[in-house]
Amino acid sequence: MPVVEEYYDVVVVGAGHAGCEAALACARMGLETIMFTVSVDSIALMPCNPNIGGSSKGHLVREIDALGGEMGKNIDKTFIQSKMLNASKGPAVYSLRAQADKQDYTREMRRTLENTEGLHVRQGEAAEIIVEGGKLQGIKMASGAIYRCKAAVLAAGTYLRARCIYGEVSQNTGPNGLQAAVYLTESLQKNGVKMRRFKTGTPARVDKRSLDFTKMEEQFGDERIVPFSFATDPESVQKDQVSCWLTYTTPETHQIIRNNLDRSPLFSGAIEGTGPRYCPSIEDKVVKFADKERHQVFIEPEGLYTNEMYLGGLSSSLPEDVQYEMYRTVKGLENVRIVRNAYAIEYDCIDALQLNPTLEFKNITGLYSAGQINGSSGYEEAAAQGLIAGINAALSIQNKDRLVLDRSQAYIGVLIDDLVTKETHEPYRMMTSRAEYRLLLRQDNADMRLTEIGYRVGLIDEDRYQKYLTKKEIIQREMDRLRQIHVGGSETVQNFLEKHNSTLLNNGSGMTLAELLKRPELNYFLLAEIDPVRPVIPRDAAEQVNINLKYEGYINRQMKQVEQFKKLENRRLSSGFDYTAVKGLRKEAVQKLEAFKPASIGQASRISGVSPADISVLLVYLEQKRREA
Amino acid sequence: MEQRTIAAIATAMSPGGISVIRISGPEAFEVADRVFRSKKAGKRLCEQETHTIHYGYIFRNEEMIDEVLVLLMRGPKSYTAEDTVEIDCHGGVLVTKRILETVLENGASPADPGEFTKRAFLNGRIDLSRAEAVMDLIQAKNEFARKNAVSQLNGKLYFKIKDFRDMILDGAAQIEAALDDPEQISLEGFCEKLDQDLDGICIGLDEMLADADNGRMLAEGIRTVILGRPNAGKSSLLNLLAGQERAIVTEIAGTTRDTLEEQILLGGIGFRLVDTAGIRSTEDIVEKIGVSKAMEQAENADLILYVVDGSMPLDENDEQIIGMIQDKKAVVLLNKSDLPLYISEEELKEKTGKKVITVSAKEFTGFKRLENVLCEMFLHREVQYNDEVWITNIRQKENLRHARESLQLVRESISQNMPEDFLTIDLMNAYMELGYILGEEVEDDMVDRVFSKFCMGK
Repeated sequence: MPVVEEYYDVVVVGAGHAGCEAALACARMGLETIMFTVSVDSIALMPCNPNIGGSSKGHLVREIDALGGEMGKNIDKTFIQSKMLNASKGPAVYSLRAQADKQDYTREMRRTLENTEGLHVRQGEAAEIIVEGGKLQGIKMASGAIYRCKAAVLAAGTYLRARCIYGEVSQNTGPNGLQAAVYLTESLQKNGVKMRRFKTGTPARVDKRSLDFTKMEEQFGDERIVPFSFATDPESVQKDQVSCWLTYTTPETHQIIRNNLDRSPLFSGAIEGTGPRYCPSIEDKVVKFADKERHQVFIEPEGLYTNEMYLGGLSSSLPEDVQYEMYRTVKGLENVRIVRNAYAIEYDCIDALQLNPTLEFKNITGLYSAGQINGSSGYEEAAAQGLIAGINAALSIQNKDRLVLDRSQAYIGVLIDDLVTKETHEPYRMMTSRAEYRLLLRQDNADMRLTEIGYRVGLIDEDRYQKYLTKKEIIQREMDRLRQIHVGGSETVQNFLEKHNSTLLNNGSGMTLAELLKRPELNYFLLAEIDPVRPVIPRDAAEQVNINLKYEGYINRQMKQVEQFKKLENRRLSSGFDYTAVKGLRKEAVQKLEAFKPASIGQASRISGVSPADISVLLVYLEQKRREA
Repeated sequence: MEQRTIAAIATAMSPGGISVIRISGPEAFEVADRVFRSKKAGKRLCEQETHTIHYGYIFRNEEMIDEVLVLLMRGPKSYTAEDTVEIDCHGGVLVTKRILETVLENGASPADPGEFTKRAFLNGRIDLSRAEAVMDLIQAKNEFARKNAVSQLNGKLYFKIKDFRDMILDGAAQIEAALDDPEQISLEGFCEKLDQDLDGICIGLDEMLADADNGRMLAEGIRTVILGRPNAGKSSLLNLLAGQERAIVTEIAGTTRDTLEEQILLGGIGFRLVDTAGIRSTEDIVEKIGVSKAMEQAENADLILYVVDGSMPLDENDEQIIGMIQDKKAVVLLNKSDLPLYISEEELKEKTGKKVITVSAKEFTGFKRLENVLCEMFLHREVQYNDEVWITNIRQKENLRHARESLQLVRESISQNMPEDFLTIDLMNAYMELGYILGEEVEDDMVDRVFSKFCMGK
């Protein structure tokens, strides 16, 4: 039977947040790229919460943007409310979050994809990976069509053998009723890929007209909106915003849930996958935190185009009738009408320990994997992986050094290192506490950290790169200047200090402006009053100056730790390394290291079951081999 | 090149001989300068020629600890090929230990097990042919340290540190939960409460540190197990040894073991006496458990004191014990010499192949001889402290000190109104340091605690 057979540089399987970033990266790096999706109408779909960013996820979006990814720009174009979370805390944990108009988000991303040279969007279900001699040759579709390629990125999300469940109802569909991908799992397994089954869930969507907002607290967006993308002009995003609403469950809600637990597939055992602890269903919360009298519910609009509202905090897999009954006990939801039911979804994903930090399979050259199929959760986590997988697929075809961000460079580095090194038993979500150097990995300095890298791989254009260089220089010059300017106990200075409840300066013993800036009650912007020769610099550069100097002590401490960290990180280990030949290693360590094949001594040290003594032994062994050579 | 400057005692511990404290790493000279005072005022070691010897004193703040010789070796001409300072002292075990502690307080870190050798190899000072031996040594020393770290720890202390760690993790988890889900979890009034908690923990840690200085925190000395069948006189022997005027120190009731321990000094040497008598019973089955417990203790002993009831013939218990101590360091005590003896010293010596001393716990005879024999054995290195145990204890004290410092930083940050996310860094440092003492790693503790205590997520 004749079938379609075509050739591309890169095939991307999936058009969700990971797939979009991967395909855009490859095409922008000059490669002929084809992206498959089960539905062209569902590109960059947000099947769960209607927002982008939030604690630590906002950091990821900023980093994606600094590397030349799309997510930040796309949400800047389509947001309907924006908020900087944790603004009263330290700068390391400020987190940007924006409510999206879901349909707009999808449409804008599709427009970008369709207008990118070398990028082709195609509807169809990938069925098999074609592998010969441990090397990927192409992808075979359910239709029988064959797409030969030099590299492929799997970004199949939660679609593999997906099953949606609520109560006694179980349907073999992907999210939002879309067609599941039924063949790919088997083909992956045949090629030696270990699979696992995870689970997650989403709350119901309801009709806005059926809600009583007078019983809820209105949640506004920020007055001054900060865009996600460093390339977006801040003035362009100052616009009217819509509100979200906060309400609460009641004791009746909890009673109804408890009465119907036996009908929940989670508790009856009808669901086999492992769900995330950070995204519990309302029935999970009621059972685990039985003493809590009420739980928060955030009502968020799905977009400007629709009356659908998202019930944040009420994810559930209870039967339809129970959903109605319990939702109607939530304040303001007494007459609620459901548009879409809440459901749990379970799906196949890979054990990500089979991946290199480049996101390429250790055992299948040319095959990359990104997003929820890797056992992560969240749009932002997916997009971050998609970008890195795409970049590395392209770099490998171009025969260039691969891109691996380490834990001291980016949240993206932490995310991927965790995924490919640590055994996780639930869908992985980013958290700021997972980043050990979080004072350095701020959302405000993502451009300072990563623009250079984005430029080198070819995703940041010359204009943006020059702007970055200029900003960097302005910051450095201004910091140097503040370190050199001494102020004494002049009347102006003393008056200024008194006004801000700050200790007065002793006569004679002056202080530099940089030192003064470190006082808790002062900052760079206030000091303008006693700094008459200050040059005018852009606001974002001024913020960098302020943070860098204010928290210098803490930052320097972390930089020192990073130095130590880098030493082990920079000691590369080849994938052919024979750990059984290292006599001094403990048996457990040999087994773990053989199975993992870590990319560096640093990664080896983070594998559970490998002790510091094992690392010392490895270092001695490497030195032995070096001297023998 | 390594950045950390490390220190440890480089010689085996003995009461009379010379001990060497070795400091190695980029700041070795600076650290030495901070603790060393030359006879000639103002002489700085940093400015001296390499491979020279200097005479002077070690000071801990204003207190003179010992008269010493200091050897300076600039890298690469030293054992580790790094800048190295060796302090030779002759003040015995306690003084040596205090010099090391002083060095650690002044900027050096305690060397990891096998670290000097590792550095020597990595820096090319040890021949390639010995690479495997070096790897074996690192692994063996670490294994030993790991096994001993917790078992050396006084039981009450173990649970106290566990409690402190728990409180610290709770604090950090509360902060992280609030950062992750600021709309649901508030930190209103949290810092005041945390500061109070930390105040309590700091007081507790101060007490532990003071105890550590008095040698009360950690069991040190030659681990000596008293064996013998029921009624041979083990308990009286222990009481006698512990009750002598020189035999002071403390009673350590281990919560993880059913045995009683006494720390004593005999002839200036520290012993940890482990009495296996408390697990006796007339019930046969329980008796058996008792014997197997005693066996277990004996397995890990540096020295065994085997007490024989001379007023009775040897029974099968004795046969079993004799069989067991064959490949161990042991001294046999022929007790109850106040009664007619069934067996003579010579016969028993023949039978056991060990030194035999006739004693009477009742009339307190033979103990001077026992003391002499033990001192002899120690001086001839027949029994010794395990150095790794010893350094483990010092490491644990360093961990306590670092934990204390980190918590102090947290409290300073609170008083300066620093944002809460800054507090977590030092809280988790303290958590990690205390974890080292218990032999526990950090891993995903924080994330686990966040999810188990807080209802998060939408």
